[in-house]
Amino acid sequence: MENFDKIKASRRAFFGLAAGGLATAAAVRPAQAQAVQTSARIVMIGAGAAGTALINRLVERLEGADITILDPSAEHLYQPGLSLVAAGLKPASYTQSQTAEWLPSGITLIPEAAAAIDPITKTVDTTSGQSLPYDFLVVAPGLVLDHDAIEGFSLDMVGTNGIGALYAGPQYAAKTWEAASRFTEEGGVGIFTRPATEMKCAGAPLKHTFLIEDIATRTAGAGKHEMHYAANNNSLFGVPIVSEKVRMLFEDRGITPHYSHVLKAVDAGRKLATFETPDGDTEMAYDYLHVIPPQRAPDVIRQSGLSWADKWTDQGWVEVDQQTLRHLRYPDIFALGDVAGVPKGKTAASVKWQVPVVEDHLVAAITGEDGTEVYNGYTSCPLITRVGRAMLVEFDYNNNLTPSFPGVIAPLEELWISWLMKEVALKATYNAMLRGKA
Amino acid sequence: MEQLTFETMIAVFEEIFGRTLFWAMVAAAVIVTLLYIYVLIRDRAMSMRKFLVAQLSMPIGAVAAVIFVQRMTNSNLRDIGGPIDVVVLLGVAAMGAVGAAILVYTAQSLFRGKSAI
Repeated sequence: MENFDKIKASRRAFFGLAAGGLATAAAVRPAQAQAVQTSARIVMIGAGAAGTALINRLVERLEGADITILDPSAEHLYQPGLSLVAAGLKPASYTQSQTAEWLPSGITLIPEAAAAIDPITKTVDTTSGQSLPYDFLVVAPGLVLDHDAIEGFSLDMVGTNGIGALYAGPQYAAKTWEAASRFTEEGGVGIFTRPATEMKCAGAPLKHTFLIEDIATRTAGAGKHEMHYAANNNSLFGVPIVSEKVRMLFEDRGITPHYSHVLKAVDAGRKLATFETPDGDTEMAYDYLHVIPPQRAPDVIRQSGLSWADKWTDQGWVEVDQQTLRHLRYPDIFALGDVAGVPKGKTAASVKWQVPVVEDHLVAAITGEDGTEVYNGYTSCPLITRVGRAMLVEFDYNNNLTPSFPGVIAPLEELWISWLMKEVALKATYNAMLRGKA
Repeated sequence: MEQLTFETMIAVFEEIFGRTLFWAMVAAAVIVTLLYIYVLIRDRAMSMRKFLVAQLSMPIGAVAAVIFVQRMTNSNLRDIGGPIDVVVLLGVAAMGAVGAAILVYTAQSLFRGKSAI
C-alpha cells in the first residue's frame, strides 16, 4: 500500500473549510447579560484578591454606578505563591504585581487605607481625612499579622539566626528561604509553628514543613535533620479526615507532631522557642524556626463595630451571614475574603467562590430584589507534600470533602497532577479570577 | 473549578504562557497543521517513506515533551503518584510524539518536495 489515492479533496474545499471554521469560532461568543442602570455609590475597602475580582465583575454588571476602591498598597501580592518562594522554587517577583494594573477603568482608586467606617451615617473616612458616603460598602481589607504578639520576635530577624516567616511578604519569604536552605544543607532541629487564631490558608504551615523536609532529605541526606511540627490544638488540620492523613504522612516522613503547642516567645540569641501548652510553658531548642504570628482583622474594622461581639473576640472578624457574606446588622455592608467572619475560608480559592455570591446579592439589592447565590464554605488547598507532589484537598463548612474531579483526582492521594495545578495552573486561574473571568 | 468554560481555559493558558507566547504557539500549531493538510492535498497521497522518517521522530518527540514539562514544573519521574499521573504523562508524551511526527512529515514535504515521494 503506497498511496491514498482516494483522498480527492481540492485546495478550494480545504480553504473553504478553514475559513468556515474560523468564522464559526468568531461567532460563538457567550452572551452578555444586560447591564443594570444605577447611580448607586459603592465603596470598596481593599484591592486585594477579593476586592479586585469583585470590582472587575461589578463594572460588567452595572452601568452608571459610582465605584470607589481604597487600598494603600501600590503592590498586589499573589499570596498563594509565597510557599513556593520560601522553598526556593520561585523568586520573590513571582508574587508581585501592581495593584492598579488589575483594576478596570471607570472607577476611582484612592491609594489610602480606611481610617473609620460609620455604618449608621454610611460613610468611610480615609487616612487623609476624605469622607466617602456610600450606598453599599464592601469590606475586603485582608487581615493583619500580629508579629508583636510573639515576644522577642521582630521581622528584621527573618533570614538570620535560623528564623523564617513566610507570611510577612515576598521579601520575607525570600529571606525565609535563606534561613531554611542553610538548615537543609547543615542539618539540625527544625521547628514549624502555626498560630492559635484563624489564619490564612491553614495548609501553608504544613506545606512549608513538607517542602523543607523534602529538600533537606534530598540535599544533606536522610538522618541529619530532626523535624518538629507544633500544632495549635489537638489536630494537624481543621478537617478531621485530612488531619488524619497528615498524621500518617508525618509518621512516614519522620516529622514529630507536638499538639497544643502555641509559639509564645523566641530567644534568637540562644535559639530557644517558648511554647504555651496546657501543662504550662515549655522551651524547645531549634536550628530553624518557622514563625507564623496570630492574625486579626485590621483595627478600623474592630473599632467601627462591624465585628462579631461573641465570636473570635480577640480577632474581630466581620459579622456576616455564612451563606451570603452580608452583614447581619447592616444589610448594605458585605465582607469578603480574609476579614469575613466565617469559619475556614481565608484562601484565594474561597474568594473565588465568595465573589460571585456577593456580586449576585449586591446587584440584586441595587435592583430591589433578593439574591439567590449561596456560599457553602468551599475552599481548596493544594497541600504540597514534596517538590513535585501535592494533595488537592477541597472542603466546605461541614468538613466534607468536595472534590472537583471525583474519581479522577483523589483528594487524599499525593499526586503529580495536583502539584502541576499548584505550580502551573493556579496563578493563571488566580489572575483570571482577578480579571473577573473565573 | 466552578466555571470551566472554554473562555476560562483560554484565560488560564494566556496567563500560563503570557498572551503573546500563547497565541504565537497556537498560531504555530495551526500553521503547521494547515501546512500538513496542505501538503497532503497538494501531493494527493501520503508518502510512506516520509511517514516512516516521521514515525522515527516520534519517540524523540515524546521524550522531549516529557523532559520539557518536567523541567518547567520542577518535577521528576518519581513524583508519579497515581493512575491519573500516568495518564497525564502518557498524554504529554503522545502530544510530543504526534507533534514531532507532523512537524517532521510536513518539513520533509515542503523542503524535499513532491518528487521525493
